[in-house]
Amino acid sequence: MKKLLIFLILFVSTSSYSISIEPDVFVQSTVNRASKLLGENISKEKKIEKLKLIAKDTVDIKGIGFYTLGVKRKSLNDDEKERYSELFEEYFLKSFASRLAEYTNPEINVINKEKINNNYTIVNSVLKATSERPEINIDWRIYTKKPDNPLIRDLIIEGLSLARTQKEEFASVLNSNENNIEALFLVLKEFSDN
Amino acid sequence: MFKKIIVILITTFTLVANVHAGSDGELVLKKNEPSKIKDCSETFNKASFALNQGLDKIIFKPVSSVYRVLPSPVKTGVSNSLNNLSNVVTIPNNILQGEFALAGLNTGRFLINTTVGVLGLIDVATYLGFNEYIKEDYGQSLAVAGVGPGCYLVLPVLGPSTMRDTVASLTNFVGGDAWYNVTVRNDTHYFSDVDYYSSKVTGGVDFRAKNFDSIENLEKNSLDFYASVKSLYLQDRQQRILNSKKIIETQDDSDWEEIETQ
Repeated sequence: MKKLLIFLILFVSTSSYSISIEPDVFVQSTVNRASKLLGENISKEKKIEKLKLIAKDTVDIKGIGFYTLGVKRKSLNDDEKERYSELFEEYFLKSFASRLAEYTNPEINVINKEKINNNYTIVNSVLKATSERPEINIDWRIYTKKPDNPLIRDLIIEGLSLARTQKEEFASVLNSNENNIEALFLVLKEFSDN
Repeated sequence: MFKKIIVILITTFTLVANVHAGSDGELVLKKNEPSKIKDCSETFNKASFALNQGLDKIIFKPVSSVYRVLPSPVKTGVSNSLNNLSNVVTIPNNILQGEFALAGLNTGRFLINTTVGVLGLIDVATYLGFNEYIKEDYGQSLAVAGVGPGCYLVLPVLGPSTMRDTVASLTNFVGGDAWYNVTVRNDTHYFSDVDYYSSKVTGGVDFRAKNFDSIENLEKNSLDFYASVKSLYLQDRQQRILNSKKIIETQDDSDWEEIETQ
């Protein structure tokens, strides 16, 4: 009986304990997954579909979406937020996958990491040079609020943030349409449908 | 004459001292924050941007697509040579920014690469262990001195800039660029105008070729290509002014902190 009790206590305590994943290990394994897929001898369409699955697993699409919207996100009602999240996810996955699908077997090596606070770690990596382009530094902003499920929130290429660029792009679309969110919805939908 | 020199020296010293008193890193960072830089002449800028896109399609893109398939040693040589030439603007700007040791280092780099490195084609200085070369210009020196960027500007042919950087670049044509002085400004019998302008065009082609895929990708996947280029240019400029590639120092985290999805 005593043995059983000890076993039960041990079982409960270990099952509630979740294993944290180091952000640099997470980035390297994500990169390896994508790299392996890009090197496979399958059609570009299939690569895009599989890349979308990797992105859904590893990128905080919803978080990036709200960051990208800037202050406008504060004035949206719940329905608009939901609609925006759906449209943004479609847009993001299409844009992300088609950008990556152009590369064949990119070699990315993680070299360092720097913890900013409990929620964020920046992982530094290098994309190896080819005969057509020089070596490129890529930093990854990893959201680590749940250490067992880290997520990518931004890619910083040679110091230039993609999320920030996208945020300013969305702001420009809103500015040229009297800050009307419907205009942004339309642009996002058109991009995804084409 | 002697009195004049003393007055100039004192004035210069006072100006430089004031400049450094006012050049607080955080202030420079805030002044050059991309989202705060206004697009005052958006209509002109967009027309200029369209013109540049047209020029890119008919000149720069086709030329750089040929250039990028040249053997790597050729491209590296051209790139090294252009970098070496840019030292003649970097060194005076190192001095203007109070970076005297760096000015000395870059002078050494320039002398070694121009002589041993066969007119800069081989980057011997890097092989010898010199630090990574960082280009400087008169716009960056003004920014370090605390001058704000003013409005965003897209110049025909030359591309994105700011009011401050455009005005500062005029210094190159009034004696601030030794390469311009020996090619265009003065008749040295060794160089001609063509040498200067062809080095600038080659620099443009080299940049376009290095970023060929990235530019194509960006154009294809942008909702607003003009806004993307503006954002990337201003982010890059901010990093160059601060001589930093570290996003942690330059990106405001507060916007992210509000977003909780987990």
